[in-house]
Amino acid sequence: MENSILTIKNLDAYFGKTQVLKNINLSFPYKKVTAIMGPSGCGKTTLIRCLNRMHELTADADYGGSIFLGDVNIFEKNPITLRRHIGMVFQRPNPFPNMSIYENVLAGYTLNGIRLTRLERDSIVQDALQKAALWEEVKNHLNKKGTFLSGGQQQRLCIARALAVKPDIILFDEPTSALDPRATTHIEELIEELKKTVTIVMVTHNIAQAARVSDYTAFLYMGELVEYNSSERIFTVPKDKRTEEYLTGKFG
Amino acid sequence: MKEKNIRRRLIKDRLFLILIGVLSLTALIPLIFILGYIFRNGIRVINWDFLTQLPQPVGEETAGGIVHALVGTIIIIGLSFFLAVPFGIGTGVYLSENRNTRFSVIVRLCVDLLMGVPSIVVGIIAYAWIVRFQGFSALAGSIALSILMIPMVVRGTEETLNLIPPSYKEASLALGVPYYRTMLKVIIPSGFGGITTGVLLALARIAGETAPLLFTALGSNFLNVNIFKPMHTLPLLIYDYATSPYKEWHHIAWGASFVLVIFVLVLNIISRLVIKKWKIQF
Amino acid sequence: MIQDKIFNKTLLIIATLFLLLILGIFITLIIFSLPSWQEFGLSFLWQTEWNPVRNEFGALPFIVGTLLTSFIALFLCAPFSLSLSFFLGEYCKKGVFFQTLKGGIELLAGIPSIIYGFWGFFVLVPQIRRFQLYLIDLRMRTETGSIQEKLLEALEIVPYGVGILAAALILSIMIIPFAASLGQEVISMVPQDLKEAAYSLGATRFEVIKKVIFPHARSGILAGIFLALGRALGETMAVTMVIGNRNILTWNILNPANTMASLIANEFPEASDPIHLASIIQVGLWLFIVTFIINLCGKLIIHKMNYKE
Repeated sequence: MENSILTIKNLDAYFGKTQVLKNINLSFPYKKVTAIMGPSGCGKTTLIRCLNRMHELTADADYGGSIFLGDVNIFEKNPITLRRHIGMVFQRPNPFPNMSIYENVLAGYTLNGIRLTRLERDSIVQDALQKAALWEEVKNHLNKKGTFLSGGQQQRLCIARALAVKPDIILFDEPTSALDPRATTHIEELIEELKKTVTIVMVTHNIAQAARVSDYTAFLYMGELVEYNSSERIFTVPKDKRTEEYLTGKFG
Repeated sequence: MKEKNIRRRLIKDRLFLILIGVLSLTALIPLIFILGYIFRNGIRVINWDFLTQLPQPVGEETAGGIVHALVGTIIIIGLSFFLAVPFGIGTGVYLSENRNTRFSVIVRLCVDLLMGVPSIVVGIIAYAWIVRFQGFSALAGSIALSILMIPMVVRGTEETLNLIPPSYKEASLALGVPYYRTMLKVIIPSGFGGITTGVLLALARIAGETAPLLFTALGSNFLNVNIFKPMHTLPLLIYDYATSPYKEWHHIAWGASFVLVIFVLVLNIISRLVIKKWKIQF
Repeated sequence: MIQDKIFNKTLLIIATLFLLLILGIFITLIIFSLPSWQEFGLSFLWQTEWNPVRNEFGALPFIVGTLLTSFIALFLCAPFSLSLSFFLGEYCKKGVFFQTLKGGIELLAGIPSIIYGFWGFFVLVPQIRRFQLYLIDLRMRTETGSIQEKLLEALEIVPYGVGILAAALILSIMIIPFAASLGQEVISMVPQDLKEAAYSLGATRFEVIKKVIFPHARSGILAGIFLALGRALGETMAVTMVIGNRNILTWNILNPANTMASLIANEFPEASDPIHLASIIQVGLWLFIVTFIINLCGKLIIHKMNYKE
């Protein structure tokens, strides 16, 4: 595959004794959108949480195998520095409730104790909010609490927060599952726009969304990678029978 | 169903409502009466001198005031605050971060235990630990009160933090923020309103405590700011003066009761405002 | 991360210190009451003599005094606080009236006990004394040899005013707001759909309360009773001021007595003899243990209730 930035090799993941991911091999192409889809409980969220080592934060979670960012195995890296390269956007919008919009965007810097000049701060905030297509709506309310925004706006604020630290990859964990259809469209357009600058990995249980947004799609079923191909091919000529059944709504 | 039966059921229903209403009102009467009594007797003696003067010997023309007890209350309560808050918040954070380990179950049991300890017993403890060596002092009183305050702060902190969705912690960790910074800069500040409310309610409660001070802070009729010396607080002064044989002192005790009730009410009301103002939508 | 380790260690140390604090309290009480244990053993709990002059100490008068005041208080306050909880938890659940009443009750629950004691001493006690004088007067006027006369004679009324009755009354007034706000919370937790199911079958409100709400909230109410009892047992100041502080065993509620807590408040500052001091501290230890068990029962019931749902 062309130019991959992140490569998963023989990844297993466990919760206690239950194995939730079985020998996954996958690589994510640079500056493209890759969707991971599958029925609920198939391990897609676990997979994405392995990519920035959030999986190991759960009690009694375990993993085997390796994931390479460039040529470095991320499991040998410090998770703190890793997560600054790989941003994440969650299912439910979660702007920090104790911070204003402005402070939320800068959270990646301030929380890590990085000092910036006023000028740097302003430009980072404006840049990130513009990229997240939120600037026009909030530029006059930057000191309000982030929690006053609508759900869709909150989610875009979270995207801006992730973008502000200039990551190479952003992981989206079902970013629209808590949003209404209009906000969903907004976020999807935004993802389309963002792939010009970052690589995107997105988990979704919405087949149509995967088809609309992604360049590549991986289909996960019962902890196994069933099929991985360009979205065009997967949605038109799926190779595996299970993929086909899932796409036609036989299960899920 | 028969007509008669329904009527009987409805009458029963009505009678029950009347019973509940009457009993509820009766329950409130003595409470309102007590408050009214304190206010009527208290307000009579309150004036500027009462709040700024020291008590005069019985028989003098002016009755004097309670400034020493006001100062003492603030010092002793303030000291307890500084002793109890770090301890209480620390334990609360520990419990909410380690919910199901055996150790935290034991610690939580101890919080419950300390919560129900009669305050007089805590007075004995402070006596045994401090007064025996140092003599009666405001510090010993503060330590007794802080022992009473800690479990309330622990409980308030733990309950507040348990309500904060885990996704905030994850969002912060996913930004590459180390765990300790996540806790200090995101999670604890998010719970600030709830934790403050817990602390204020705990302060309101210990401000009215008398029993543990009887043989620790002891009380003193002089204006004293040295924490290693005996000191009066409002409730202690009320007890002292109310059980004295002098009518003038009884008046002072009524005035002090009034001030104490207002003090406690204000703390309660502030804590309510804090809940409203810093209420964070999750 | 080294800082994470420091952070976690700090928390662990604080929590451990907390544990040590409790342990310290318990051990202190045991060590300081040792002389009394050695002297009297367990018979301390059923000896009726408390005589600092002859150095004889038994805690039974105070145990009886504590139980009498607490249970009478609980009994007196139960119908009132239950009514308030039903009223606030079911009949009047929102609106300005509810807000004021609920807020008012919570504020009243926060009024320091010394104030109740003070009021009791100056207002309630004289009233009880007048009642006692009336009874004595009544005895004088009744015929000698009649049943009433014998009955009044048996009461052995001395018009102190202070006594178990005064203490129980003050305690029950004090506990009402506390118990009512606990009860209100329990009752408002009964799921709406259960009540609606009963209403839709044509039940009256009384029947819904009797058949749906009460059974559902029963264990919560029981827990509330335990917690209120725990409070009554350990209450010191309000009781000390009105109970009369007499160290003689009595079952007559018109007589002065002492509770465990009021005994400590009264005699601890003056106790100079080691065995006297140790005996007082032993009373404190038992008070500590008893309130702990009562509170634990309350907590366990609540825990079980939450677990069930």
